[in-house]
Amino acid sequence: MTGHAGPSLKENLKDAGAMALASAALALPLVGFLTVDRAQTIVLEYRFGELLYAVAVIFVGRLLLLLANQGHSPAVLVATGAFSVLWAANAFLGIVAITWPALGWLTWIVFSVIALRAWFFMYQAGRRVKQDASDVAERAGTVIYRLGKYLGPALAAFALVMPLMPFADQRMVDLGILVLTYIMLGWGLNVVVGLAGLLDLGYVAFYAVGAYSYAIISLNWGLNFWETLPLAGAMAATFGILLGFPVLRLRGDYLAIVTLGFGEMIRLILLNWDELTNGPKGMGGIARPSFFGMPFTAAPPEGVTAVHQFFGLNFAPIHRVIWLYYIILAMALLTNWFTLRIRQLPIGRAWEALREDEIACRALGINPTNTKLTAFAIGAMFGGFAGSFFATRQGFISPESFNFLESAIILAVVVLGGMGSQIGVVVASVVLIGGPEWFRDLEAYRMVAFGALMVAIMVWRPQGLLAHREPTIHLRGRQPAPAVAARAPAR
Amino acid sequence: MLRVERVHTLYGHIEALRGVDIEVKEREIVALIGSNGAGKSTLLMTICGTPQAAAGRILFEGRDITRVPTHLIMRSGIAQAPEGRRIFPRMTVLENLQMGALVGDPAKFSEDLENVFSIFPILKQRETQRGGTLSGGEQQMLAIARALMSRPRLLLLDEPSLGLAPMIVRQIFQIIQDINQKTGTTILLVEQDAFHALRLAHRGYVLVNGSIALTGTGRELLANREVRAAYLEGGATEDQ
Ligand SMILES: Nc1ncnc2c1ncn2[C@@H]1O[C@H](COP(=O)(O)OP(=O)(O)OP(=O)(O)O)[C@@H](O)[C@H]1O
Ligand SMILES: [Mg+2]
Repeated sequence: MTGHAGPSLKENLKDAGAMALASAALALPLVGFLTVDRAQTIVLEYRFGELLYAVAVIFVGRLLLLLANQGHSPAVLVATGAFSVLWAANAFLGIVAITWPALGWLTWIVFSVIALRAWFFMYQAGRRVKQDASDVAERAGTVIYRLGKYLGPALAAFALVMPLMPFADQRMVDLGILVLTYIMLGWGLNVVVGLAGLLDLGYVAFYAVGAYSYAIISLNWGLNFWETLPLAGAMAATFGILLGFPVLRLRGDYLAIVTLGFGEMIRLILLNWDELTNGPKGMGGIARPSFFGMPFTAAPPEGVTAVHQFFGLNFAPIHRVIWLYYIILAMALLTNWFTLRIRQLPIGRAWEALREDEIACRALGINPTNTKLTAFAIGAMFGGFAGSFFATRQGFISPESFNFLESAIILAVVVLGGMGSQIGVVVASVVLIGGPEWFRDLEAYRMVAFGALMVAIMVWRPQGLLAHREPTIHLRGRQPAPAVAARAPAR
Repeated sequence: MLRVERVHTLYGHIEALRGVDIEVKEREIVALIGSNGAGKSTLLMTICGTPQAAAGRILFEGRDITRVPTHLIMRSGIAQAPEGRRIFPRMTVLENLQMGALVGDPAKFSEDLENVFSIFPILKQRETQRGGTLSGGEQQMLAIARALMSRPRLLLLDEPSLGLAPMIVRQIFQIIQDINQKTGTTILLVEQDAFHALRLAHRGYVLVNGSIALTGTGRELLANREVRAAYLEGGATEDQ
């Protein structure tokens, strides 16, 4: 228990000082020196300013965290929170000019994290009387879930109107498409990892199969997007079954390693099967989706109406982007709807049971192999759909888009969101994919912020942001009556 | 109803069962007792097909199920409440029960639910609680209830008294007897608590080192000197 009669200020300063010294020693070679390629020679530059800054951040941050932990959370929360809010407000409204935006944003991130931490301490202290920490997490999950009942539809409504808002420029809608693609991929992988508990490190393979199926079919047979989409999904699902059949007997780490290998194999095949995939040069000229047969072009051929002509608008490239946005939004929502439905069916419940206890499942008459295969195939199918969308959006695909990093990011979205949580995937996608884009001002420090974010989530929510599992069945009108509950069964 | 003939089961090179013969007749409660590591759980699991018997035969209602895959055996009228309960901790009581009913007729679900709730009223009060947060005794009741949801003709119970307070143990045994008498469900019961199990059972088998050392009615085994010496000495003997 941390009481108010904690260590003195001197001890805290000592602790923070030691921490700062240690990090200074570590950061000196990493941050302090920079080799620069200049006019045929390499020169050594010094970055002591940055070094000093990093050490200062660590010193102050450590001190604040210690204080927050010793019962001063409200003060710490107010101080850091005020800074964060003021800074953010200034950044958006542009009242005071800022000399070093990158440093400022870094400080902002650090202070925001500390503010969050302080808030969490307060929250815990308020609850500690009644529950232990894990229960608090579960409670928090329940609260967020209750909110989620409104949060889900609210987010969906926002997503629906976002492109039509005045602030939505092309960059914003493009970012929306990117985030939605990862949401869709996350929801697809969630079936495999979150519900069925099969750790798949090669999910990108199905994304790739979908994208290449789409490209090959549309280039060779001239089918349009909506005709090709189901074929590409079916192709990916077939690959899911083909892969799943031999490997689903494996468990845990072994399954993870084999799926990892499978992901790489697909990439290598795409890289080397020149006749079909055009190898490393990639495939271009993939058909863009049309709006009910009307193209999004400035100057359509004779006798064809383009979309802007149909609506009597001036041609603008953003029209196509908005249409793409709505396509991926619809696909993602469909994925979500499907997953929510199937969780209530015996097959969906069997996936979840399998994740919890395979032996018990077998004892209940469930065929584990078939159950896993369906999870794999359905997850793969959604990956294939997303891949098709990727191909039609980019108009060009190459094997390099489908490397392991991609699998890792999708998995991060699922795991950090809270395995099996649909809304968690949304939150994690917005934070992990959208976040780095928003912090463009951070320039090269963007990835540092990304890393810090992941670490923060892992430290404070190791079970994921929203790891609350909501029961899929309720009996209506049956509440446990307290009067009855008090009576012990007489036997 | 169930006939196990000269069954051998191997774990790698270890022979856990060495030619076991048992028989369970319709509407019987048969107790299987033996010390730790004797192979009791292995026998129940072998009946269910994981692991499959290396030699010998298992007949259920006259049908040879020795090589039938587990999930099909569990769909043919056998249910098991396995050792250690193995309920689904993150699922609610209701969902756990629903998992037990997967192989059954969906139309009979609510009827079966009412049935198990009348046997275990406590579960009805706890239906929205997560399995993992139930007490040990409640978890055991849930494990049995889940097994009952598939309307088994043969129920296999592996150490239902494990880790429970004496009063709850008595309660569980009473329920087992009720299930047997009211629904006519045949029960094969594995137990460490030999005294209670043998008092309840019509017949019993004593398993020693992977083979049957002794058999007889519950009364006979309770009176047997070797059984008393090995399994009842110092235990709960004349407490009722
Ligand atoms: N999966 C396994 N792999 C290897 N050996 C096993 C396995 N399961 C059981 N055994 C061995 O088989 C023997 C019988 O085990 P079993 O679990 O059937 O005993 P039991 O009679 O149920 O004991 P207990 O009363 O302690 O539950 C033991 O020696 C055990 O070590
Ligand atoms: Mg055992």
